[in-house]
Amino acid sequence: MYNYTTFDKDFVATRAAQFRDQVQRRIEGSLTEDEFKPLRLMNGLYLLLHAYMLRVAIPYGTLNSRQMEALADIADRWDKGYAHFSTRQNIQFHWPKLPDVPDILAALAVDNMHAIQTSGACIRAVTADHFAGAAADELADPRPTAELVRQWSTDHPEFAFLPRKFKVAVTGSTQDRAVTKFHDIGLRLVQNKTGMPGYEVLVGGGFGRTPMIGQVLRGFLHQADLLPYLEAILQVYNQIGRRDNKYKARIKITLHEHGLEDIRQRVEENFALQRARFDGADQIILARIESDFTPPAFKTASTSCFGNHLAQNPAFNAFTKTNLHPHKNPDYAIVTVSLKAHGATPGDASSAQMRALADIAKHWSHDELRVSHEQNIVLPHVHKGDLPKVYKALQATGLATANIGLISDLIACPGMDYCDLATARSTNVAQRIALRFDALKQEHAIGPLKIKISGCINACGHHHAGHIGILGLEKAGAESYQITLGGDGSQTAAIGKPTGKGFSTDEIVPAIERLIKAYLAVRHDASEAFLTTFRRLGPAPFKAALYPLKDTHNEL
Amino acid sequence: MTQISEPQTITANDLLTGEVVYLTKHGVWAHQHSDAVTFDHPDRAALCLEQVSSRDIAVVGPYLARAKIDHHQAVKPVHFRDAIRATGPSNRFIGKQASPA
Ligand code: SF4
Repeated sequence: MYNYTTFDKDFVATRAAQFRDQVQRRIEGSLTEDEFKPLRLMNGLYLLLHAYMLRVAIPYGTLNSRQMEALADIADRWDKGYAHFSTRQNIQFHWPKLPDVPDILAALAVDNMHAIQTSGACIRAVTADHFAGAAADELADPRPTAELVRQWSTDHPEFAFLPRKFKVAVTGSTQDRAVTKFHDIGLRLVQNKTGMPGYEVLVGGGFGRTPMIGQVLRGFLHQADLLPYLEAILQVYNQIGRRDNKYKARIKITLHEHGLEDIRQRVEENFALQRARFDGADQIILARIESDFTPPAFKTASTSCFGNHLAQNPAFNAFTKTNLHPHKNPDYAIVTVSLKAHGATPGDASSAQMRALADIAKHWSHDELRVSHEQNIVLPHVHKGDLPKVYKALQATGLATANIGLISDLIACPGMDYCDLATARSTNVAQRIALRFDALKQEHAIGPLKIKISGCINACGHHHAGHIGILGLEKAGAESYQITLGGDGSQTAAIGKPTGKGFSTDEIVPAIERLIKAYLAVRHDASEAFLTTFRRLGPAPFKAALYPLKDTHNEL
Repeated sequence: MTQISEPQTITANDLLTGEVVYLTKHGVWAHQHSDAVTFDHPDRAALCLEQVSSRDIAVVGPYLARAKIDHHQAVKPVHFRDAIRATGPSNRFIGKQASPA
């Protein structure tokens, strides 16, 4: 894991001290809310429906056990004993009090954490594949690149006030688990024909009210050219990105309005200038960062108790079928811990669960934890011989739900239960869907399925990329849920298409149930996943199930 | 002044805690929606909102919210957003609903 330098520590501590002074002035009344709001947002502090919300950065979703314990301590001491892991691989505290926030930031700084650049029109906390450095299908570890981008973008003076927020994601696998095609910039670690390491650079992807899939700006960029190239993209965006209309200010709209060729030409011209300014210091830093990400000392031990346990314990057996992913070391496995116990709020963890996860990571995952954008926690390096012990420890704290990748492993943003921008609730819908399909005992038979729910058009719940997407809107003073079908956040990215008229809060769960029933009736067999069936047949059978009494052709 | 059929309340968030608060008939801020003063005249409501917005530094973002009087003569929010603000999140038993007055 990357270790903070004295420079990093001083920077974070100084920002925490500055914010203490700003909070004091706000409480005394020498700063108005209008003056204070941009300052608090710069430090990740929002004011939502019921309380303040502090969003803490977890760069590329990587934590060690001490950091997880520190977050649990904050949840207990200054919040209500739980926290929410978000679709940005961050953590959110939903109940802090304003006078306590400087103390929370100071506590975070002790363990090399902060809330900087988790809000505002700047380059936000960089995200990456949550299986980085562990997955068997990985070509190269994306974390050194993500850390380099984090250092470059932190407090970058030129990019502190961009037209809009800017999000970068990095993956080192062909299987895109970092949703790179829906980011302002997506970086894919690749090699050219001669085996040189570099990047495929995607630009202009995003969700929100105008969802777009990123386009390839550069098929191959040499590793050494990354920062000058990023600098060139950001400079072009900063100059020509629209500032007159916040709904047209993201780089996806800049790209759409100017065209890919025009943007490419501008970036390449600028890149030629930027390249001359970089003297190689960034590559020295990258080499130092890489040394922080050397693989842990994997142990050599028998894995036989894993096989024995599989035979003896059906619940453990079911868990291993859904919650494990192949590790690059065949004696190891990646464990995804579901924060989606049926009926629980997706992404929420109690302080006791956070401490248990820290403890498990310390003993059995080489002290590493990851937060996935799918709102789960990953134990990246678990020796197969330790899996029974890990499972037992997870069971003891209510974290052994065997549902990763299934219908109840759904993503949901906080929605109107917390968010002041929401037009409808989302967590409530997620809870009811999970409970319904658990009661039907159908989810394992249904197989792989991603449902994603957003509480407004901002799409923090990634509904556009859901195989089934649910968007909560307000219609005539009541919640109305619009269903989209066929979305995909992976390397085969697709934007889900709306099916038609929305459903009320009482209608939405039965509507999803009809949809699933239709899928089960038309799929070839159990091996054909929902998305594959949808791609084969198109929306017709699903629309017919959603709107059984109507001519669905008139719905759009 | 025109009388409207639908009353309004003034609500905001407390500066220190962020908690949802309601202006009472005594001109102070209370935590429970049932303590909110209702305004039947839109002009009076707007004037009062202007006054608290310019004077009261203890709250953030005051606004007028639609209200109704139920058959028990209790003041209730009209919009579901205001109903959630008045009780707390629906996904877990926390917030106002867990600490009634
Ligand atoms: S999608 Fe909307 S409701 Fe959900 S967290 Fe984002 S802004 Fe809030």
